[in-house]
Amino acid sequence: MRSKPIILVLLVHLCLSFLYSSLATSPGSSDGFTINGRVKIPSMDVKGFGLPGKLSNVKVILNGGQRVTFLRADGFFSFHDVPAGTHLIEVDALGYFFSPVRVDVSARYPGKVQAALTENRRSLIELVLEPLREEQYYEIREPFSVMSLVKSPMGLMMGFMLVVVFLMPKLMENMDPEEMKRAQEEMRSQGVPSLANLLPGGAGRSS
Amino acid sequence: MGMQMAIRVFLPLLLLLASAEHSFSLYEDQVGLMDWHQQYMGKVKHAVFHTQKTGRKRVVVSTEENVIASLDLRHGEIFWRHVLGTNDSVDGIDIALGKYVITLSSEGSVLRAWNLPDGKMVWESFLQGSKPSKSLLSVLINLKVDKDNVILVFSKGCLHALSSIDGEVLWEKDFSAESIEVQQIIQPSGSDRIYAVGFVGSSQFNAYEIDAKNGELLKHKSAAFPDGFYGEVLLVSSDMLVSLDATRSSLVTINFQNEEINFGKTYISDLVEESSSNAVILPSKLSGIFAIKVDTFSVFIRVTTEGKLEVVDKINNAAAVSDALSFSEGQQAFAIVEHVDGKILLTVKLNHDWNGDLLKESIVMDHQRGLVHMVFINTYIRTDRSHGFRALIVMEDHSLLLLQQGAIVWSREESLASIVDVTTSELPVEKKGVSVAKVEQNLFEWLNGHILKLKGTLMLASLEDIATIQGMRLKSFEKSKMTRDHNGFRKLLIVLTRAGKLYALHTGDGRVVWSLLLSSLRKSGSCENPTGLGVYQWQVPHHHALDENPSILVVGRCGPNWDAPGVLSFVDAYIGKELDSLDLTHSVTQVIPLPFTDSVEQHLHLIIDADHHAHLYPRTSEAIGIFQNEFSNVYWYSVDADNGIIKGHDLKINCIGVADEYCFDSRDLWSIVFPSESEKIIETVTRKLNEVVHTQAKVIDGQDVMYKYISKNLLFVATVAPKASGEFRMVTPEESWLVVYLIDTVTGRILHRMTHHGSQGPVRAVFSENWVVYHYFNLRAHRYEMSVIEIYDQSRADNKDVLKLVFGKHNLTSPISLYSRPEVITKSQSYFFTHSVKTITVTSTAKGITSKQLLIGTVGDQVLALDKRYLDPRRSVNPTQAEKEEGVIPLTDSLPIIPQSYVTHALKVEGLRGIVTVPAKLESTTLAFAYGVDLFFTRMAPSRTYDSLTEDFSYALLLITIVALIAAIFVTWVLSERKELQEKWR
Repeated sequence: MRSKPIILVLLVHLCLSFLYSSLATSPGSSDGFTINGRVKIPSMDVKGFGLPGKLSNVKVILNGGQRVTFLRADGFFSFHDVPAGTHLIEVDALGYFFSPVRVDVSARYPGKVQAALTENRRSLIELVLEPLREEQYYEIREPFSVMSLVKSPMGLMMGFMLVVVFLMPKLMENMDPEEMKRAQEEMRSQGVPSLANLLPGGAGRSS
Repeated sequence: MGMQMAIRVFLPLLLLLASAEHSFSLYEDQVGLMDWHQQYMGKVKHAVFHTQKTGRKRVVVSTEENVIASLDLRHGEIFWRHVLGTNDSVDGIDIALGKYVITLSSEGSVLRAWNLPDGKMVWESFLQGSKPSKSLLSVLINLKVDKDNVILVFSKGCLHALSSIDGEVLWEKDFSAESIEVQQIIQPSGSDRIYAVGFVGSSQFNAYEIDAKNGELLKHKSAAFPDGFYGEVLLVSSDMLVSLDATRSSLVTINFQNEEINFGKTYISDLVEESSSNAVILPSKLSGIFAIKVDTFSVFIRVTTEGKLEVVDKINNAAAVSDALSFSEGQQAFAIVEHVDGKILLTVKLNHDWNGDLLKESIVMDHQRGLVHMVFINTYIRTDRSHGFRALIVMEDHSLLLLQQGAIVWSREESLASIVDVTTSELPVEKKGVSVAKVEQNLFEWLNGHILKLKGTLMLASLEDIATIQGMRLKSFEKSKMTRDHNGFRKLLIVLTRAGKLYALHTGDGRVVWSLLLSSLRKSGSCENPTGLGVYQWQVPHHHALDENPSILVVGRCGPNWDAPGVLSFVDAYIGKELDSLDLTHSVTQVIPLPFTDSVEQHLHLIIDADHHAHLYPRTSEAIGIFQNEFSNVYWYSVDADNGIIKGHDLKINCIGVADEYCFDSRDLWSIVFPSESEKIIETVTRKLNEVVHTQAKVIDGQDVMYKYISKNLLFVATVAPKASGEFRMVTPEESWLVVYLIDTVTGRILHRMTHHGSQGPVRAVFSENWVVYHYFNLRAHRYEMSVIEIYDQSRADNKDVLKLVFGKHNLTSPISLYSRPEVITKSQSYFFTHSVKTITVTSTAKGITSKQLLIGTVGDQVLALDKRYLDPRRSVNPTQAEKEEGVIPLTDSLPIIPQSYVTHALKVEGLRGIVTVPAKLESTTLAFAYGVDLFFTRMAPSRTYDSLTEDFSYALLLITIVALIAAIFVTWVLSERKELQEKWR
């Protein structure tokens, strides 16, 4: 019974309008159709990607779990006895992000299958599913750098203290003493007791 | 002013920083620190050994969870495993050509071949047939056609012969026209003929002789047996079948290979004296011998060469029999496993010589494993060139064990693949007497560890050091201690499995602390088909009674129907002992944990039966006393999805006609009837009972206050067009709709109703605080969507004085009346979502302060954490400055899937069915447990761990900083002293 995997070619139409019109004409035909397709993970057959076991765990899922099938060694898969209508195919491959594919199985033109990626609405000429991107599940640990140390809370603390210890007195020295006095009085008159106006006073005394 | 300004500038910056990073993300070396992952398969149905060739010895199994797996025979580890679809159950497995695993599944319509070493699928064939029938699979090893094994499959009324190299159909023979129910496909060894035998009606026996090479029908024989047949036929020798007659009082032997079909009849009472008429033939594949079960006995009957039957042995204990196994020189052996006083007795016998035991071993077996359900045997050559036998046994608790040389080589707790319900229990408090120092590492080791870690961060560590660091982190002794910890990370997960076994798993490392096969959930005379329904916290000792052990309530039911009587079990959560069990006289349809406890901290539970009576547990007068006070405040609802009715109930009086003061009659308060022609209920969700909400007020735009409408009595209901509720996606958008409701379950008032035109189920939803998030399929866009509804209380909308609210002067108890319609407003928004979803849940924390994340179980069996801020109805394309400061994310049409926010990272929870979240004591942290065929546990912090140091915090770096600072102080002090002295001298 196993038919040779034939990729059903669909007519290249401007996708959306046509898809909707075909969606409206799905008669209640009980005869099943076959959807044949292929999953292609590019990096895998080029250099093996170091993950030979991975492909064996790729699942192809029809309509959110109604049917589940697996890939043959060449990446082909098929769903048999599928009623005419619109279906959704999802590919579950760890490490890759696949867009679900909308597949219209037409009862009027038996064997004609149209497919489109739902994520970006790109229609497929053949039912060849490729990942949109690879998925990296882990953060990349950045190599040690002085910057990361400086950026850490403790680094910031140290930096701040250094600024206070070395820069503040310098700033105070450069300030015109009269101007500072005026500023201090101004602050006092505002009556906002804050660290900011205590600090220069203390610094001034110590210098 | 400046300060405020600074905060104004700084806060958004901080938020920006926080939002730029994914709140759940993991470095690869952190795997296994906070999480654990366990792989299971489920209860084994079939097993095939593959040990002939040199190399790795394995056993291939298929299970009730639709898993096929190849296991290492030495250690029981999984080499490879495939989880088939939910309705793709395996009918048979076999090995062909010595390198392919053949599986027949989906009621005999899918035949697949898997490569034995690595589990890759080689080919897949779809078998068509017209009528449902038994599904039989056999690989004809003896019959070689061009070095090819022929695979015979009988399914859907049609016999197929396929090539095992590529799955091509060699020939087909359709029996669907002949109205025969084929019972067996027989291939006598050494011949290239096959026989299909079966019944037509109840008394006509038919045998077809078919050429195995081309499927040609050679002969068709038929004979009637006037007494009729019962059950199935069993092949006992190459030319003889055995069956029961219609009255089940006699055995019928059928000789089908002669010219004529001969029947022989033997009364069971002639063979076994004290027999009743309930005999059953035990399915087995032996030759010359078979077993029947009469009452509690297993009777072994031999077929003599003259075709007579004679009893060889009678075993009084529950026993399991393996299939026959051929070993040297055409000898065949089989195994019997029986229970003899607390031990199991494994006997391997020769087929033709009952008394010649090849092996007799008795093995001590944990009685928590129950009875032996299945046994598979395999042979190996001992060092002295004699034959040894190993047996793979499946126990009542679904566990799988390998027995060899009188010992259990390995065991697997396969029951954990079928978890029904989960609850948690705290661990015991650390006792004062136990010295902490003994358990903790000493200071030097601790410091040494941290210095190593520092070396790691500074990239100074050698490879060896890195390995030690990793090992140290993974084996952290802290996390697997058997005591309660400060942060509430260590708990017991109490899980009930379909086998009726209760397990306590430690959250630290996932090990089984104790397990208990519940006697109330075991098959017995009064309880034929027990099923576990749920586990509840029964007794949670409060702080003043810490020396008491908490206990767990397990609710079950005797049989699959709603009106079957219930069973209760009470289990000690620390030691796993059954404290008590009750066989109820009433059924169980709903268990309602009430928010009241009695003086010994037992939680009151109300059990609703099929007749709408409510039964109070515990059955004590004290409980009645407490309950009487709250009598008028107890409301509940029931959902009848088949008839589309939701009803609200409350309690009336004690049951009439029953002298039981713990039984109460209920009264229907309200009912909502959904029009059956346009709406069908497919999902109902409420809030979790124990959810904590921190604040009712939500500050919007910095000034405005909105009050969340928070009620424990809100029910989310989703209905779809009846046409769209059946077969998936077989409707046009015009004739499909999804209607969602928010219903108050006390008053029955519909607070909100919304229709999504052109959408359909399945709907997965989660309800938390004042919002619902639900996932459904949009037929127009042909994509999945997720929507959020938030519900706010308008009646207090004018009370906007934040200060009053802060100081508690605000009147939060504004009058609530049944008669006035609550003034609520709802906000809603929808987004596309890429994947199909199996389950959704939400994180929960101790105080409910930490922001929430949705945990989405995707169709790929991964768990994705998605920040609730992505599902916020206030999202707009261009959020205002104020909204941005608040953390409102600009609107996008679809929800982002960030790979780093998969909490399961590079793992899968195969066959994912549910996710449970439990708050830790630490407010920032929530514990998440995902279960399916696999188990996965992790600890997550939805807004990062703001209240504790992260695991990779470097204490050594802190120490060094402090030391450096102190040194700097001293140096500067000395310097300044010297400078001062110099100044003074000047």
